[in-house]
Amino acid sequence: MDALDVARWQFGVTTVYHFLFVPLTIGLGPLVAVLQTMWLRTGDEKYLRLTKFYGKLFLINFAMGIVTGIVQEFQFGMNWSDYSRFVGDIFGAPLAIEALLAFFLESTFLGLWIFGWDRLPKRVHLATIWAAAIGSVLSAYFILAANSFMQNPVGYRIDPESGRAELTDFVAVLTNKVALITFPHTIAGAFLVAGSLIVSVSLWHVMRRGVTDETPAHRFATRFGAVVTLVATAAVLVTGDIQSKIMTQVQPMKMAAAEGLYDTESPAAFSVLTVGSLDGGREVFALKIPYLLSWLSTGDVNGEVHGINDLQAQYAAQYGPGDYAPMIPVAYWSFRLMIGFGLAAALVALLVLWAQRRGRTPSSKWLLRAGLVLPLLPLAANAFGWIFTEMGRQPWIVFGEMLTRDGVSRSVSLTEVLTSFTAFTLIYAILAVVEVRLLLTYAKRGLPPVAPPPDDDPGDRDADEDRPLAFAY
Amino acid sequence: MELSTFWFLLIAVLFTGYFVLEGFDFGVGVLLRVLGRDDRERRVLINTIGPVWDGNEVWLITAGGAMFAAFPEWYATLFSGFYLPLLLILLALIVRGVAFEYRHGRDHAGWKDRWDWAITIGSVVPAVLWGVAFANIFRGVPLTADHEYAGGLLTLLNPYGLLGGATFLAVFVTHGALFLALKTAGDIREHANRLAGRAGLVAVLLAGTFLVWSLVLRANPAAVVLAVLAAVALVAGLAANRVRREGWAFAGTATAIALTVATLFTALFPEVMPSTLDPAGTLTTANASSTPYTLTIMTWVAAIFTPIVLLYQAWTYWIFRRRLDTTHIPTH
Ligand code: HDD
Ligand code: HEM
Ligand code: HEM
Repeated sequence: MDALDVARWQFGVTTVYHFLFVPLTIGLGPLVAVLQTMWLRTGDEKYLRLTKFYGKLFLINFAMGIVTGIVQEFQFGMNWSDYSRFVGDIFGAPLAIEALLAFFLESTFLGLWIFGWDRLPKRVHLATIWAAAIGSVLSAYFILAANSFMQNPVGYRIDPESGRAELTDFVAVLTNKVALITFPHTIAGAFLVAGSLIVSVSLWHVMRRGVTDETPAHRFATRFGAVVTLVATAAVLVTGDIQSKIMTQVQPMKMAAAEGLYDTESPAAFSVLTVGSLDGGREVFALKIPYLLSWLSTGDVNGEVHGINDLQAQYAAQYGPGDYAPMIPVAYWSFRLMIGFGLAAALVALLVLWAQRRGRTPSSKWLLRAGLVLPLLPLAANAFGWIFTEMGRQPWIVFGEMLTRDGVSRSVSLTEVLTSFTAFTLIYAILAVVEVRLLLTYAKRGLPPVAPPPDDDPGDRDADEDRPLAFAY
Repeated sequence: MELSTFWFLLIAVLFTGYFVLEGFDFGVGVLLRVLGRDDRERRVLINTIGPVWDGNEVWLITAGGAMFAAFPEWYATLFSGFYLPLLLILLALIVRGVAFEYRHGRDHAGWKDRWDWAITIGSVVPAVLWGVAFANIFRGVPLTADHEYAGGLLTLLNPYGLLGGATFLAVFVTHGALFLALKTAGDIREHANRLAGRAGLVAVLLAGTFLVWSLVLRANPAAVVLAVLAAVALVAGLAANRVRREGWAFAGTATAIALTVATLFTALFPEVMPSTLDPAGTLTTANASSTPYTLTIMTWVAAIFTPIVLLYQAWTYWIFRRRLDTTHIPTH
């Protein structure tokens, strides 16, 4: 074990952890904004209570998103300083712009939304949650543009003197075809998580709490969440399909690894699962769908899909001797788990919709259990999606330009990286327990009562300065 | 002006904004257990910074991002070199950030007490360590010719570095107490006002020594002027506090912090990270910067969006301008 391995583990652990909270922020923000908009449009108290209820869950989650995000930004310099030197000219710009455009918007307007219930006119208050939600989506775009540069470097040249990458075309970086398709795919994945969470929590209330004054609201929310989940699944499928084709163009090795395809084939089949040796070299049993891999990769059922052996030979000729294949089992299984967990979430959402059709109250124990694990499914799908994307890029840190092992900080010792890896892992583990408990406590508590509406618009009301805050920590 | 000079300036501005803004919310965090004697009082303190602390922290994130984009070499050397202090800062910011949200999650005294400690420690640690880090950037650290940090943790804990840490802490505590005196009513305001006076004396002493020592290390006429003005602002702020002009007092410490950071950056320019080992290791605005093309793009983005950000952040402070006291804390 050396500093490189630990730094990689740390990056993986902290990023996947960050991304447990990110999708909920991205997805739940706009959904809460929609609920609040519906309240303002209809005046129906049900929507206001749902807004406050899911808003609270959103906030508990948001806190974790922030604190784990700062680690991400610092980590590049701390553990990957040679990488930072190499790409700073290009990679730093979207990161800085993300902070200036998106994070300020998000944090400031969320503060206004949380504490502004009694300080702002209703419409302005609604606008603040929309502004925060737009900030989250913007932040995703910029960070994904940065990440896409690593997958498919564009708009740059290598300075012959310093050997560093230099930006030559910023628009090309922002309109990288990988970024353009990764963005909708990731956003759709985020809505899948948020929709599933709403289904899960509201279904539990519908099924376990008997009929209360909250029931109509939760019945509505269950359906709302299920529809979001299903639409998001459709979006994830469509964008994922396009993404596969683009990925095959820019990183054919990733697609070959995703199938464990050693020899070039046309037409190529997609295996749903394989039993055999881990690296796919020997196959005992495989469940295959003919033509599907060709279709995914090229858009043509008979298209030619390059195998690992051919690509390895080609890369060795191009970049010099070395092993240019990622870890095949990881790529193979993470790709399937991403798709599998995502589709499983959609299936549960569909069952829930069916069980609630025409005013029915679902009663199946199995449906309740499925509902409880539901939010974990898209979270897992997202994590495996990232593991696939990032591990599938290996051994490159910037595809075709820099190897991961060359990006690590030279001045940082193994002890230092181990210290930070241990510290982050421990603190993240503790916080995970606290976070889940709090979310469960709030989720079980049910919809907050709403105070009788103030008779006037709060905006021009400095009169009653002594009234308690509508929201306080 | 060269673009790299402009970006040096902008990064100085971002760090200034960060220390002025998060400086007071660190101060409030440090004072949580001192000025808040019971749960209600502590909730008053936390709620004075509740709507703004995250926005304040984004100044750091933006400063970090801007450094990465405009001076990748500086970002890489600094962050990998000051590894352990930065790790501690991150851990502190993590527990502090979740503590605000989680503290209220359970109605249980032990639970709240633990998160209150998290807020206090999470505020003391970064306040001190940013001081240590900035003092060391200014003083210079051992850098090899290829810009790698060659020291260890102990290298950073030199007397001047430690003085920097103590100064930042004392000034932030004063700044935070004045913020509380400005933003609360009743008992808390009285206590904050008195505490600011006492903490202020320590701050004047430490900051005075720190500024003089800094100017002995490296100086130019502009830096000397700024340092004198910083000292004047600090003393004027404390004087205003004595006559209960809390707004002016807070403006005084805010100005003092801004001018102190400005002093350091001005005296440092055009170096960004001097080397005490090999002069070739010294990072300057010229050898650490990005290409002019990147800087031009970033300049446009900053020119358009910085004013917008300033406007809406100022608006937030305006919306939440009223004083709080225990009667404003809801019972649930
Ligand atoms: C969860 C989401 C996720 C996101 C948003 C990113 N990555 Fe990634 N990255 C991973 C998920 C991941 C991972 C799956 O967790 C990896 C693969 C193996 C590992 O240890 O972590 C990883 C590895 C990884 C490594 C360590 C080398 C290795 O693969 O072992 C670096 C330096 C980066 N990535 C860089 C980035 C950068 C600069 C990103 C920002 C745009 C980025 N990744 C976004
Ligand atoms: C590895 C690269 C990444 C870096 C350097 C990074 C950096 C950060 C930072 C510094 C924050 C804190 C902002 C604050 O205090 O408000 C943050 C939060 C956030 N990040 Fe990341 N991030 C990364 C990956 C991602 C990705 C890929 C996405 C989306 C697709 C994303 C979306 C978000 C969102 C929505 C937030 C808001 C806070 C929250 O999640 O609750 N991040 N990130
Ligand atoms: C069903 C739920 C799904 C979820 C939650 C999900 C989520 C993700 C995430 C978070 C990523 C990493 C970010 C990115 O590169 O976009 C990713 C990557 C990817 N996904 Fe999905 N995904 C799902 C389904 C699918 C499906 C059905 C396909 C294909 C038909 C697909 C194809 C891809 C591909 C090819 C990548 C890698 C892109 C690259 O490395 O360039 N995904 N997914």
